[in-house]
Amino acid sequence: MRFKRSRRGVEAKLEPVEAAVLAQCAGELLALLGESEEPSGDPLEALVGLPPGQVTTPDDPALARLFPDAYGDDEAAATEFRRYTESDLRAGKRAAATGGLAKLLPLTAAGGKLVLDRDEADAWLSWLNDIRLVLGTRLDITEDTYEDDLDPEDPHWDVMQVYSWLGWLQESLLSCLDPRPSG
Amino acid sequence: MTAPAQLDRPETDEDVTPDRPWITIVWNDPVNLMSYVTFVLMELFGYAREKAEALMLDVHQKGKAVVSNGTREQMEHDVARLHARGLWATVQQD
Repeated sequence: MRFKRSRRGVEAKLEPVEAAVLAQCAGELLALLGESEEPSGDPLEALVGLPPGQVTTPDDPALARLFPDAYGDDEAAATEFRRYTESDLRAGKRAAATGGLAKLLPLTAAGGKLVLDRDEADAWLSWLNDIRLVLGTRLDITEDTYEDDLDPEDPHWDVMQVYSWLGWLQESLLSCLDPRPSG
Repeated sequence: MTAPAQLDRPETDEDVTPDRPWITIVWNDPVNLMSYVTFVLMELFGYAREKAEALMLDVHQKGKAVVSNGTREQMEHDVARLHARGLWATVQQD
């Protein structure tokens, strides 16, 4: 599969196995991001609009990479920032992966054409990047990691192939898009 | 340089003065594609490709780059948008 420009955005022809692997990636990303957070029902929270949820750096290194500290040297400020932003950030990441999964599931049986408008293509760039960040963290990827270095007998070999393919796919999608400056 | 906890972060002065501007820093990481980082900097900040590529190369080669400056509130907004795009960014006073 390779992305091509189309009149309204981008499109790509997917083999069933490609749709299945991508759907699995989107599903795993959603599982890691967790359930969408319901309001806690706390009246003060409802009044002030403070989002519920996490206020400390996640223990899971992959989640810590998706939700990094905004202040490197000020834990209190980082916590405060997280309190106000993480809920929206998580919701945005969930929405992108959920939209991706909805496009992929119909293609897992027989493959077919994936059609994305420009906004959907932007969301795909984000969730493809997020799952690459997760896999890259799990695989302990460094600047000096090359897929050819990995032994096919290595237990991570399959995941490394997926990781490399996702990078290639993201590059293919990027090559079809012109940036839309927002500010 | 594989995880946020492993990065060396610069020391900052204890006595912050309110009139010093705040800056947004993007840090290098081994996963994000160079083309993607350039694309995001062009989209979020409206930078021309040449400027976005120069900043991206600073991130890649020097480990970090200052991508914007302004008030603390503006910088926190920028960092939130960068985090939404998967770039690793922090705020600090210059």
